[in-house]
Amino acid sequence: MSPAAYVFLAVILFVIGAIGVLIRRNAILIFMSVELMLNACNLAFVSFARLHGNLDGQVVAFFVMVVAAAEVVVGLAILMAIYRARRSASVDDANLLKY
Amino acid sequence: MTSVFLHALANGGAGGTNLDPLYGKVMFWILAVLAVSAALAMILVRQAVHCALMLAVVMLSLAVMYAMEGAPFLAFVQVIVYTGAVLMLFLFVVMLIGVTSMDSLTETISGQRLWAGLAGVGFAVLLVVGIGHAAIGTAAPVTSAQNTGNLTGLAKLIFTTYVYPFEITSALLITAALGAMVLAHRERTSPKPTQRDIARRKIESGQVAPEPPPGVYALHNAVDMPAMLPDGSTTDRSVSAAVVQRDVQLGRDPQGRITADLAAEARIESERQIEAGAAGKGEAP
Repeated sequence: MSPAAYVFLAVILFVIGAIGVLIRRNAILIFMSVELMLNACNLAFVSFARLHGNLDGQVVAFFVMVVAAAEVVVGLAILMAIYRARRSASVDDANLLKY
Repeated sequence: MTSVFLHALANGGAGGTNLDPLYGKVMFWILAVLAVSAALAMILVRQAVHCALMLAVVMLSLAVMYAMEGAPFLAFVQVIVYTGAVLMLFLFVVMLIGVTSMDSLTETISGQRLWAGLAGVGFAVLLVVGIGHAAIGTAAPVTSAQNTGNLTGLAKLIFTTYVYPFEITSALLITAALGAMVLAHRERTSPKPTQRDIARRKIESGQVAPEPPPGVYALHNAVDMPAMLPDGSTTDRSVSAAVVQRDVQLGRDPQGRITADLAAEARIESERQIEAGAAGKGEAP
């Protein structure tokens, strides 16, 4: 399969993730949608790496994975702190920065 | 799927793959349909746990695609780091806080879903047209840099060209670990209750014994069965709130099987009496 097909698939997955971020109200589900978008980006990077015949794209995808792991750890910790304070994981309920 | 995975790995994963073009095409379409439908289900399903499982399907199909595209290292990292670690972290947090908190269907901004969907479709059209104009060619031939294999090539790149980003990543990971510890840490604002305090609270609450476990005195001892008290009534305190909420979500009556149980018990009792009567008649002559 030509790399273009993979890039188009990545576009579709990215858009689905973006729609998920917009329509979901639960912070955990929004996070999952963001992960989907990051995965779509990785697929595009790997496809471009194959397209250009070098490994730079794969290295970038690797870094994206590492940064995503760090982001998820901090994000979920923030989510738990918010849940403790507000007893809700909905983004509508967290409308103040403190208390 | 595994055979494709191994097949793609067999050549050491250099540059392109030695997949049969037809084979690769069939695999691509199967995986693409699987990934897109799972992603759509992920943003439409209401239960957070189901969302996480759908995300796992997407990630695993992407892992196979990486293998097909000559990136075996990334395929394994995808399975181990994403599907293994990140998704399990998600599931942990869902179990900690979100399993009872459903995504509400009420829109806080009216028409948000519709407009978000329209914006998404517009965005997709924009990207597809843009990429369509870029005229992406076929895969480039394998260059000499990759002939040593995927892993060796990646290692060379990471530890030469990308060594500074790599080092900074380690600082980022340590910061993230510290941040998670600080954020998840809870300061104790009240003194820790001693054994005496706990005993006093129990006596004051009027209930010294522990909560009744589910299913006591009922015909079933499943966790979703409320305990039946000696007087025949049931108590909700014996069932986890999450289970009751799930029953309500699924449109079941949380007390439903109890009434069935009571009816069954009455029937068994009447049958027993009939049997006893029949036995009595049989013995009499």
